[in-house]
Amino acid sequence: MTTHKIALTVNGIQEQVEVPSNMTLLTMLRERLGLTGAKNGCAAGECGACTVMMNGEPVNSCLVLAVEAEGAEIVTVEGLSNENGLDGLQEAMIEVTGTQCGFCPPGGLISARALLDRNPSPSEDEIKDALRGNLCRCTGYVRILESVKQAAKGG
Amino acid sequence: MEVVSSGLPEFEYIHAESIEQASTFLLDESKDSRLFMGGTDLFVQMRAGARSPSLLVDVKHLPGMNDIQLKPDGSLHVGAAVNLNALARHEDVAEHYALLAEAAQSVGSYQLRSRATMGGNLCNASPAADTAPAALVLGARLIAQSGKDERSIPVEAFFLGPGETALQRGEILTRIEFPSPPKRSVGRYLKLGRNAAGDLAIVGVAVLGFPDDEAPSGYRFRLALSSVAPTPLLVPEVENILSGETMNDERIQAAARTAQQAAKPIDDVRATADYRSAMVEVYARRALKAVWAALRRDN
Repeated sequence: MTTHKIALTVNGIQEQVEVPSNMTLLTMLRERLGLTGAKNGCAAGECGACTVMMNGEPVNSCLVLAVEAEGAEIVTVEGLSNENGLDGLQEAMIEVTGTQCGFCPPGGLISARALLDRNPSPSEDEIKDALRGNLCRCTGYVRILESVKQAAKGG
Repeated sequence: MEVVSSGLPEFEYIHAESIEQASTFLLDESKDSRLFMGGTDLFVQMRAGARSPSLLVDVKHLPGMNDIQLKPDGSLHVGAAVNLNALARHEDVAEHYALLAEAAQSVGSYQLRSRATMGGNLCNASPAADTAPAALVLGARLIAQSGKDERSIPVEAFFLGPGETALQRGEILTRIEFPSPPKRSVGRYLKLGRNAAGDLAIVGVAVLGFPDDEAPSGYRFRLALSSVAPTPLLVPEVENILSGETMNDERIQAAARTAQQAAKPIDDVRATADYRSAMVEVYARRALKAVWAALRRDN
């Protein structure tokens, strides 16, 4: 099978990776770049555990080929925090207990970050719509919604 | 419970340089090639073992494929690779083709829609394709290119069966053209899923209604269905029933029953044929009533 040399930016860092045609963006992030935040859940675009930001928009990275990320800017959950600390969404999630087992938040945080980037004061319905592709089996969602609301209030 | 591997079978990937070049790859009979857009259906099918193409031909970056243009005559041209979020939030689409925006928005989740394309939604030819009923009632035409040749296919003639379209081998859908919608028209897409969170439709009903002084009832309505026949389905009899006599609840009921009779549903994992049939009538009635109420309010 042919391999492709791609150059992309992941969490602000320039990367060059050689990938086979059938490697997904998720597999490349996890197995080539060691970024294991995004998870492989359903592998069908239903659960959202693999959600990462690609050029500013959340995508299911299990349904994107690595080769398609040539030139792209990718942000994973590892890229939300910086030297100044955690993202406000992460702080809110800790405060409100918006996370339990920890499998889904790497995807949900990316969806929520993308939502607040495009709409800093979303309504409850807008939050639900943005997060409906991020399934959680622990929390019952109430505290996830509370986390996003609190982060939105905090700017 | 079937375990689906997260890995994809082996294939080659081509980032096509032009539609002509992509056509040439698709016509090469030594390869089982497939056009590749957002991948949101294709990769799921490949993981389930339903498809195993040896070559994926990517065309979504090519000129025009991502354009949305409202033309001076009021018609709308949508590039085949326009993703469903971009379609739903485009100002001209939201203002003049609200039904299309509503249908696009009903697909899957936000992150799925940032990859899923209108062209892919139509070309997969799923009976459940959510943008198809909207395309049918809006009278869309699909522009297919092979080499340098282009032809325009009316959407009513596009769907031949589950997964089957009127596209010939080597032909590529490059854009979808919508004629200017009738003046003061109102549209709704109602979708019943197993949950409210972006499931595939058990039943989908699109209705477009508009005032028409030449119709005895003063109105015309078009209705199309998804998920209840081998293909998305326009029900032209609805237009006759609702244009002929004065509109009232009985006429709407008759039209909803006609839609029910036109449906040819099957049992599947999401619902039984009987339930689908019952729900076609209910959702057709609700969609027609909602559009009629909006027309009386607006006009």
